[in-house]
Amino acid sequence: MLAFVIRRMLATVVVLFAITVLVFVIFFHTPGVDPARKLAGRNPSPETIAAIKHQYGLDRPLPVQYVILMRKMFISRDLTSYSNQGQKVMPEILAATPVTLSLVFGAAVIWVAMALLMGVAAALLRGSVFDPILMVLALIGISMPVFWLGEMANLVTQSRYHDSFLFSWVPPLGYTPLTSDPAMWFKHLLIPWLVLSVGYIGLYARVLRADLLEVGSEDYIRTARAKGLTERRVLIRHSLRTSMITFISLFGLDFGVLVGGGALLVEVVFGLPGVGLLTYQSLTSLDLPVIMATVIYGAFFVVVANALVDITYAWLDPRVRTA
Amino acid sequence: MSDGPLLEVRDLHVGFRTEAGLVKAVDGVSFTVDRGEVLGIVGESGSGKSVTMMTVMRLIRDPNAVFSGEVLYKGRDLMQLDDDGMRRVRGAEISMIFQDPMTSLNPVYTVGWQIEEQLHAHQQLSKQQARARTLELLEAVGIPKADARVDDYPHQFSGGMRQRVMIAMGLSCNPDLLIADEPTTALDVTIQAQILELMGALQDEFGSAIVLITHDMGVVAEAANRVAVMYAGRIVEYSDVGPLFAQPRHPYTTGLLASISRLDRPRQQRLPAIPGQPPSLLTLPSGCSFRPRCPHAFDRCDEEDPALAARMGDAHLDACLLPPERKRELHAEAAPA
Repeated sequence: MLAFVIRRMLATVVVLFAITVLVFVIFFHTPGVDPARKLAGRNPSPETIAAIKHQYGLDRPLPVQYVILMRKMFISRDLTSYSNQGQKVMPEILAATPVTLSLVFGAAVIWVAMALLMGVAAALLRGSVFDPILMVLALIGISMPVFWLGEMANLVTQSRYHDSFLFSWVPPLGYTPLTSDPAMWFKHLLIPWLVLSVGYIGLYARVLRADLLEVGSEDYIRTARAKGLTERRVLIRHSLRTSMITFISLFGLDFGVLVGGGALLVEVVFGLPGVGLLTYQSLTSLDLPVIMATVIYGAFFVVVANALVDITYAWLDPRVRTA
Repeated sequence: MSDGPLLEVRDLHVGFRTEAGLVKAVDGVSFTVDRGEVLGIVGESGSGKSVTMMTVMRLIRDPNAVFSGEVLYKGRDLMQLDDDGMRRVRGAEISMIFQDPMTSLNPVYTVGWQIEEQLHAHQQLSKQQARARTLELLEAVGIPKADARVDDYPHQFSGGMRQRVMIAMGLSCNPDLLIADEPTTALDVTIQAQILELMGALQDEFGSAIVLITHDMGVVAEAANRVAVMYAGRIVEYSDVGPLFAQPRHPYTTGLLASISRLDRPRQQRLPAIPGQPPSLLTLPSGCSFRPRCPHAFDRCDEEDPALAARMGDAHLDACLLPPERKRELHAEAAPA
């Protein structure tokens, strides 16, 4: 198991390196594009362009340019946004990270708990009316676009029914850090959490139900019953335990993507100043340094989540460890 | 209590409701298993032999299954037991091992864990006691270096070794009855012999009765004391193993025996096979269900549905309408000199 973890970690480092190279090549060496002009934002002065050329070593060999860029990103952290009055990019991303983490983490707790509940219930109630009812609910959850659901939630809680006793507690859109006011943090995030988790609850509940039913017909489940285990134990220690393999790999990937900026729509709709909102703003203003940094930030979380999934996978399924 | 049979199945019916109608998988099966004996149940796929024993264990969970009949274990009707009562019987008093050892063990737990789980489900044991018992069992079933392998996962064992683990698990709580559903079918021939030998040896040691489900007459000859031959959901012949092999009375049994290649007889040009297919359990033929495939069928077979009975006046039961003198000739046909 330890050997597997080490091997997987080394692979992760290699992949991260490859991603930084790829990002560098795409942003700095797309044929016919002058990177200095792109980095400088809209309508730059010739002086700015010249300064950028010098700063990024654009007249020097490729590997040197790569090293300079990486140093600016990760070591001196003075990658600068020109379209945004010389704002330093990396601190900006670091400030946005806790917002995104708060959003995604809370939503993940909700969606995992609800999906487990619904998936197990549907599998156990198979053959009764509740199974199709739960699955149709899940399908509805999957089908609602998150930006639409978010706007609807805002319409109801911020405007139409804000003054009713149900939603008068809902604060205006925005974010309060957990460290400064936990109650406010929770109030700000509760509705975004629910909105973000709805689609995932539906998807995960359906996947889990299908998996539980498939595992249920496995020979080793019959063996478990033949051993005289209680139904509860057969479900939790045998069916659910093996179904978790699929569930957790799916979870790791989705979690990574969301933390990496995939919660963009929810952040925009609810005005949460997270990485997604940052990406959105930098895309609308073509703020290349920020785009570059958020791409690498996103890739970092996806790759790390992937590695964690693989390690969890090996922990859950001993057959994978030797592979 | 100890003088009655260990297990007595009385007129067991198992049907599955389907869109096309009721599939009668088991159609009025009765038999007994005495303490310490080995009963072989033989038949083709779909003859109802596994369904019968799965029903005894109450492991059929299909909501469309309908049951009737009695399964008396030590005088108690298992069909009437509540779920928790049945759970206490399973694995402790009656245990079952299955055909495919490759898929019958949970891939994500070590074999030791899986045996210990069964021990803990039925007995108050400390961790150390359960571990000691597990090692003892693994050694008894011939796993080399059991103490080194107890924490290995199923995929690290070969098929034969996994079946040994299954047997160890089956025997872990000293059951009075072990049901083995085609325990050697998925294994190499050499391993089959080893497993049968092992089961024989363990039976002497543990004293469990065994119900051995198989489609292999050779396995029955080697391991069983008594045989029930099943066809289309019924027992068609039921006797001690010696008389059944020496003098089969049902043409189906004759056919099964004739289709074994034998080294002690001159080689025939082609191994005979029973012509035709087993009947659909939805629409059984009128009269005897073996009639369409039977080389000896006559008028009466079409009209009368033969029940399993002592038709020759001894303990050797059969369900064939042929007159006794014809049945004696069957024997000669099955074993051409």
